[in-house]
Amino acid sequence: MNIVVCIKQVPANTHVKMDPVTHTLIRDRSGSTINPYDLHALETALQIRENYGGRVTAVTMGPPHASDILKTAVGMTVDDGILICGREFAGADTLATSYTISSAIKKVCPADLIICGKIAIDGDTAQVGPGISQWLGMSLVCNVIKIEKIEDKKIIVKRAVEGGNELVSVTLPAVITVDKSINVPRIESIKGRFKKCDFEPKTVNAEAIECDLTKIGLNGSPTSVFKVFIPERQKADHELIEGKNVAEKAQKVADFLFESKLIV
Amino acid sequence: MEYFLSEKEKIVAETAREFAEKYIRPVRAEYDETGEFPWEILKKMGQADLCGIYIPEEYGGLGLGVFGLTLAVEEMSKVCGGITLAMAATALGTFPLILYGNKEQKEKYLPKIASGDMICAFGLTEANAGSDAGSIATRADKDGDYYVLNGTKTWITNGGVADLYTVIAVTDKSKGARGTTAFLVEKGTEGFSFGRKENKMGIRASSTTELVFENCRVHKSQILSREGMGFIVAMNTLCNSRPGVAAQALGIAAGALDEALKFSMERKQFGSPISSFQAIQHMLADMAMEVEAARAILYQTARTIDSKKQKNFSKESAMAKAFCSDVAMRTTVNAVQIFGGSGYMKDYPAEKMMRDAKITQIYEGTNQICRNEIALQLIKDVKGKK
Ligand SMILES: Cc1cc2nc3c(=O)[nH]c(=O)nc-3n(C[C@H](O)[C@H](O)[C@H](O)COP(=O)(O)OP(=O)(O)OC[C@H]3O[C@@H](n4cnc5c(N)ncnc54)[C@H](O)[C@@H]3O)c2cc1C
Ligand SMILES: Cc1cc2nc3c(=O)[nH]c(=O)nc-3n(C[C@H](O)[C@H](O)[C@H](O)COP(=O)(O)OP(=O)(O)OC[C@H]3O[C@@H](n4cnc5c(N)ncnc54)[C@H](O)[C@@H]3O)c2cc1C
Repeated sequence: MNIVVCIKQVPANTHVKMDPVTHTLIRDRSGSTINPYDLHALETALQIRENYGGRVTAVTMGPPHASDILKTAVGMTVDDGILICGREFAGADTLATSYTISSAIKKVCPADLIICGKIAIDGDTAQVGPGISQWLGMSLVCNVIKIEKIEDKKIIVKRAVEGGNELVSVTLPAVITVDKSINVPRIESIKGRFKKCDFEPKTVNAEAIECDLTKIGLNGSPTSVFKVFIPERQKADHELIEGKNVAEKAQKVADFLFESKLIV
Repeated sequence: MEYFLSEKEKIVAETAREFAEKYIRPVRAEYDETGEFPWEILKKMGQADLCGIYIPEEYGGLGLGVFGLTLAVEEMSKVCGGITLAMAATALGTFPLILYGNKEQKEKYLPKIASGDMICAFGLTEANAGSDAGSIATRADKDGDYYVLNGTKTWITNGGVADLYTVIAVTDKSKGARGTTAFLVEKGTEGFSFGRKENKMGIRASSTTELVFENCRVHKSQILSREGMGFIVAMNTLCNSRPGVAAQALGIAAGALDEALKFSMERKQFGSPISSFQAIQHMLADMAMEVEAARAILYQTARTIDSKKQKNFSKESAMAKAFCSDVAMRTTVNAVQIFGGSGYMKDYPAEKMMRDAKITQIYEGTNQICRNEIALQLIKDVKGKK
């Protein structure tokens, strides 16, 4: 079984810079890390490989230094890493991103199962996984919290929905997106760390993945972000509560909360 | 201090450190309290390649020898000497196989041990044979192609949880120590069962049980080396494994020093951090000196063993074990003292470290027995020169 895991490089902290013209993130190397959900996607794939055999390939679309997160994946012992990289991909929205990734998977690493994180912590749309499934015409299960079983070209998973969980059986090939509760990601193993020391990802551009140039990058993106801003903080009143002891102060806080109907 | 680690050795230490911070620190107090065996953590240890560091590459390990093992055990024991022991005692149970196993035996077991899928144990001690290991009474009577084991081993680390046990038993009583033999016994062999799990002062996440043999039939292909070599297998195993205990002790000591230093800089009395008082500073200085000296003797011992340039290293191995464990005991007692009343409370890590440290002075040869061996070798060395 060939498993492809889509992983994304995201800012490691909240101090990010935006491009004033395109309103896209300026992604620099130092403050970047792997999208936390994607660690769970990698762990899911590695556990499936342990239980059922197969190969795991990590794929990312991003600037050259996005190879850093492919190295993380190699450290965790994926078999291969592919970097989709080129100026032509810049400024992609979720439609263009999912088209690009699906084209690369089709051309370079055909998959029986594609695993994505549930959501990326920067773009925050949760649309790329579903998008890939549509471009490739594959079944889709989102918010997966457990892999139950894989047999007879079918995968049975548990997904969380409002008010409960559902067991879903889908035919492979399929796309799933995983929640953090699905597992505890492993750290990079010792052999993985040895291997990543001289790992170079296979790098592919638009030509290599034979994609339609009108569907990629800024040109292929119907979404354009007009403005990115930090909402102004609302000013709030504050009051210092005095009292003889903790009990008295706590009583005053409780009285205030009841009186203002903040708790009932 | 610069110990000139190779790139690979640095990666081993870094992996063990990250592993301990991520998977052991958050749960160490819980395992200490419940005394449960850390199955989940051990599985993750295997995935991180931390279980096969000392196992030769041809059998799925990393081939980084006693020194590689030392680095990993030290780093993980800084956080918890109890949870780490599941792996370290597997090393104790595996050295007999590495040192004396034949090709088939190695191929059968070592890859599974390296991947963390198989846990091992070493069964020498009996109720009436502790320091005096030569007086073991567990018997193995030959019956065709089989040996029939009868007897009870006590206080065996990883007892009940291990899949494979190296057991030393008497095959010819008339020959004394030369009449003992080492057997590989798999869990599940008929006639092999376990006594109750001991309730211990420290290393509580480690399982310690009796091994009970009642007409347990073991095939002759499970003998390590050959009949009569049991005592030699056991003694050479200890020479190779004592650095592991030393590393556990060093880790506990270094972890206690870190905690004590941090606490002393935060805790204020008389208007200043207690680290500004010279009495505390001198304690910290002594702890740091001893920890560094312990590390130096241990690293050099491990490298000496791996270099294969010195045939007999029982003295060095005993020195590293006794020295590191004495340092661990003194350092943890002082760490509790620096923590004051907090040091006596289970909410802080110092008291657990003190309880965990104690065992390192006792098992794999008490420090008295280690000193006996050191002195014996000193005297032999002088006589040898004459
Ligand atoms: C502030 C901001 C606002 C944005 N708003 C929009 C918007 O409203 N509409 C829009 O279409 N785009 C928007 N974008 C662009 C969007 O971030 C990118 O298209 C991005 O490449 C994919 O979307 P996402 O980050 O939301 O990923 P999500 O869909 O949330 O990611 C889910 C999973 O998809 C996979 N994945 C996502 N990106 C990649 C990648 N590059 N390589 C490999 N795997 C990947 C990962 O497995 C990830 O866990 C915005 C970007 C920013 C910075
Ligand atoms: C938690 C735990 C785990 C263990 N795990 C294992 C294991 O995995 N496998 C295994 O085989 N064993 C194991 N042991 C056993 C351990 O190795 C023995 O307890 C140890 O060797 C000491 O033996 P003893 O307890 O019988 O003490 P004794 O031999 O009765 O010693 C009592 C005291 O007398 C001193 N003493 C004895 N003889 C001399 C002497 N000649 N000169 C000076 N002082 C002497 C000792 O140093 C000690 O202070 C374990 C023990 C414990 C507590």
